[in-house]
Amino acid sequence: METLEPILAEHPFFRELARPDLHLLVGCASNVVFEAGTTIFREGEDADSFYLIRQGKVALEAESPERHSVIVQTLGKGEVLGWSWLVPPYHWCFDAKAVDLTRAIALNGKCLREKCDENPRLGYELLKGFARIMAERLQAARMQMLDIYGTNT
Amino acid sequence: MLGRANPMLPMICGIERVKRETHDTFTFELTPPCDYSFAPGQFNMLYVFGVGEVAISVSGDPSKKEALVHTIRAVGSVTKAICKLKGGGSVGVRGAFGSDWQIDKAVGKDVVLVAGGIGLAPLRPVIYHILANRAEFGRVSVLYGTRTTGDLVFRREIEQWRGRFDLDFEVTVDTASADWRGDVGFVTTLIRKASFDPLETVAMLCGPEIMMRFSIAELKKLGLTSEQIFVSMERNMKCAVGFCGHCQFGPAFVCRDGPVFRLDHLEPLFGKHEI
Ligand SMILES: Cc1cc2nc3c(=O)[nH]c(=O)nc-3n(C[C@H](O)[C@H](O)[C@H](O)COP(=O)(O)OP(=O)(O)OC[C@H]3O[C@@H](n4cnc5c(N)ncnc54)[C@H](O)[C@@H]3O)c2cc1C
Ligand code: FES
Repeated sequence: METLEPILAEHPFFRELARPDLHLLVGCASNVVFEAGTTIFREGEDADSFYLIRQGKVALEAESPERHSVIVQTLGKGEVLGWSWLVPPYHWCFDAKAVDLTRAIALNGKCLREKCDENPRLGYELLKGFARIMAERLQAARMQMLDIYGTNT
Repeated sequence: MLGRANPMLPMICGIERVKRETHDTFTFELTPPCDYSFAPGQFNMLYVFGVGEVAISVSGDPSKKEALVHTIRAVGSVTKAICKLKGGGSVGVRGAFGSDWQIDKAVGKDVVLVAGGIGLAPLRPVIYHILANRAEFGRVSVLYGTRTTGDLVFRREIEQWRGRFDLDFEVTVDTASADWRGDVGFVTTLIRKASFDPLETVAMLCGPEIMMRFSIAELKKLGLTSEQIFVSMERNMKCAVGFCGHCQFGPAFVCRDGPVFRLDHLEPLFGKHEI
């Protein structure tokens, strides 16, 4: 039977993961498609998965009563959506909405956490990948907050 | 620069047209002084009578000699005074001064232009030149970051450029309302997604220094060397011809040796405090 393993192996996030590790993860993976305009998850809901985006665009939105919905980041092909599945209390921090038709691989967080508990080396590899992404996003978020194109910088 | 006897003497130029780009940014079409020419990346000193003089890059098409175009963001006393002027008015012009983007070094290569905010203005002449000579270049990406969708300059042109098959023009903003269908994020995220051959690419950067620093780091992560990266620097200017030292940046005078520098010529100073 064809599995999602070759697709996982091609995604930039998993490109450096060893084949046996990918083999372990593939049982937690499923193919998903979101039509443009679909809400993928909402702030506060249980974060039970993360997504490897293969095509399309997703907007992360924060609801603010004064300014309505504000997009804080968009993610596209080759990027990873969601890390709240990794950090207690496992709740999403933003809303995620498909801007265009979006195809992704969903990885079930509970399944992944169990595999990582059984196999700490795999857990460490995965954590390194997420730490890199979190660092990049933190840096980008700081730049966005600094308002570097404003007149007071 | 023009072969004028006295480069300190402004020529009076009429304002033909003023176009509002955003709430604080305007594009001015001036009647050029006779024999005027410039290379993409060069700047003029614009003088508002009774107020003062500022350095402003030329943002127009280098092949169109009939208009001298500048795009100006009102941030302080002189730029605010210029932005209040209307068609039919006039300003003093000295220039063109400084170094250019050296587009000839990019012939046969992929080109990545990274612009932040008003930094798209000094790069627009490069875009015009490349599009007029498209076959001479490989893949061309323009990566433009700005604050909000309301701060995008050259909107109509950007829409046209984004519709072309031979140019990858990407825009990202720091924040947007939920109806924006484009990208939101820092400009470095666009660099990661752009397609170019790092060994055969020339990158040109213009924008706030902090944006250029992070963009340089990203380009280097992808394999570019300092010899492949050009940056445009901003310093306060007075004479613009290397006399007064006002624009000094380490051993370099930005008005004469810059504003465009190849990164390896600037690297020991770039990002240093108090320089
Ligand atoms: C080579 C060169 C090319 C340039 N090209 C352009 C151009 O094409 N278009 C353009 O709009 N500007 C350009 N600039 C910047 C422009 O010269 C300055 O904005 C201008 O000198 C400010 O003068 P001012 O009298 O209006 O402001 P000032 O009265 O001197 O400053 C008032 C306030 O504005 C802030 N400020 C000053 N400059 C800037 C700035 N660049 N960005 C944000 N805040 C600032 C100051 O910190 C101060 O708080 C260029 C500068 C250089 C050196
Ligand atoms: S502005 Fe006078 S030396 Fe550069």
